[in-house]
Amino acid sequence: MPGDLKDGRIVIVGASLAGLRAAEALREEGFKGSLTVVGDEPHPPYDRPPLSKQVLLGQATAETTGLPMRRDPDAEWRLGVRATGVDPLVKQVLLDDGESLPYDRLLITTGTRARPWPNQDEGALDGVFTLRTREDGAGLAERLAAGPERVLVIGGGFTGSEIASACRELGLAVTVAERGPAPLVGALGGTLAKLAAAMQRNHGVDLRTGVTVTALHGNGSFTGADLSDGSRVDADVCVVALGAIRNVEWLADSGLASGPRGIACDAGCRAFDMYGIVTDDVFAAGDVSRFPHPLFGYQMLSLEHWGNAVEQAAVAAHNMVSPGPLRRPHLAIPTFWSTQFGLNIKSVGVPTYSDHVVIAQGSLEARRLAMVYGYQGRVTAAVTVDMAKSLDYYRHLIETAAPFPPPPGAADRAIAADIPLPSDVPDPSVLSHGPTVALTGYLPDRRLTAVQPMR
Amino acid sequence: MQIVVDLTRCQGYAQCVFHAPEVFELHGEEGLLYATAVPDDQVERVREAVAACPVQAILLGKEVSGGAR
Repeated sequence: MPGDLKDGRIVIVGASLAGLRAAEALREEGFKGSLTVVGDEPHPPYDRPPLSKQVLLGQATAETTGLPMRRDPDAEWRLGVRATGVDPLVKQVLLDDGESLPYDRLLITTGTRARPWPNQDEGALDGVFTLRTREDGAGLAERLAAGPERVLVIGGGFTGSEIASACRELGLAVTVAERGPAPLVGALGGTLAKLAAAMQRNHGVDLRTGVTVTALHGNGSFTGADLSDGSRVDADVCVVALGAIRNVEWLADSGLASGPRGIACDAGCRAFDMYGIVTDDVFAAGDVSRFPHPLFGYQMLSLEHWGNAVEQAAVAAHNMVSPGPLRRPHLAIPTFWSTQFGLNIKSVGVPTYSDHVVIAQGSLEARRLAMVYGYQGRVTAAVTVDMAKSLDYYRHLIETAAPFPPPPGAADRAIAADIPLPSDVPDPSVLSHGPTVALTGYLPDRRLTAVQPMR
Repeated sequence: MQIVVDLTRCQGYAQCVFHAPEVFELHGEEGLLYATAVPDDQVERVREAVAACPVQAILLGKEVSGGAR
């Protein structure tokens, strides 16, 4: 019957983690109508985090990273088909095979893709990789297994750092070129990034900071690169790890509020149209979305986090089949992790939404610590290194807007916690890669919009 | 069978490493790596690991079967 939210036609565009979890959740929530999932990759949903870790280390193959189902979503899977547009008036998704899919409600989970090397000819050299898809992972793993002389990683964000870690574990020589002052600086700020730099150098990474790569060389195959400081790196494999681009181009004529920073939506995952009016039949979740979060000044948050894709998909699915008063907001505290150089780095909150930090537990020297981030006198984030069990405690401080520096009991060293250091969060526009958390609005005292200048 | 570990939840208790050491492995003190596809002869051990995980972070299940139509 019309108006029955548990029935009708739902189309999900995007067949990765968020798309799969939303499809499962729709059935769990009692949706009994027709469900179609469209994905431009030919594969059923697979997990990406292992691609920069286990797969490069040879502990798993890229082909075996398929995501397990929690339940069969009983969906029609349209894989290997690209969506090319949305007509919101007649409520149809257009596909590149010429077909169109009618919908009553649409969920967009098209995520991001790797930012390619800006010079197309140089990027096409044999031996130059990005790392986002299963094919990327398989291709790079094969090249690393063949034992290259040296690997050049461009960009010291999480992906670049994890690749460098894998290279060292495989015994390969690796150079990391990072435009900022240290690896991970865009996500963690300058203070903790100093530890990241030390960690890389201690593991034998040839880390070059404050430099950009100006040209890739090769005659068919990659042989080396020029750096902005005038030096040259000879290498036979190059990984371009310059962050991600949100897959929104196909929505250009849709009338939705989509742009390079993602699709703007409300806290209930409903997409805004280009006038800022909320739609009631188009939803967005995962990396491609941006949404307001009250704990971080209602700024729009764009997150490239595995956990966010899972949680936001569940909220979107719930709201797609629930009437207004029963809908719920996606206001989870952002969380992410990275495993590199034998360290487990975990974050809760938004470290870039900060002005100061304190080391509340452990120390840089011990390579084991909990760093707490504050903004204007309250706790806004925490990052742990090999101290994951502390994270829930700091999550609680963030949720309750606890005062910063953190109260007694939050630190094992009272003196250290009394001396906040600048968190030293850089302007994202000077980084070589997109930070994995972007505040896409403004801070009162600093502009933190993620401008991506053309290189 | 496939597994995925919600590493947002994982706190490095390493119960899974104890129950199924051929599938789960620590990278350093508390970083977890795991075989994404579980060999048939390891499924029972992984089931034990799933049950033993203090934060219930391991999901064991079938892969999505739906291919292109």
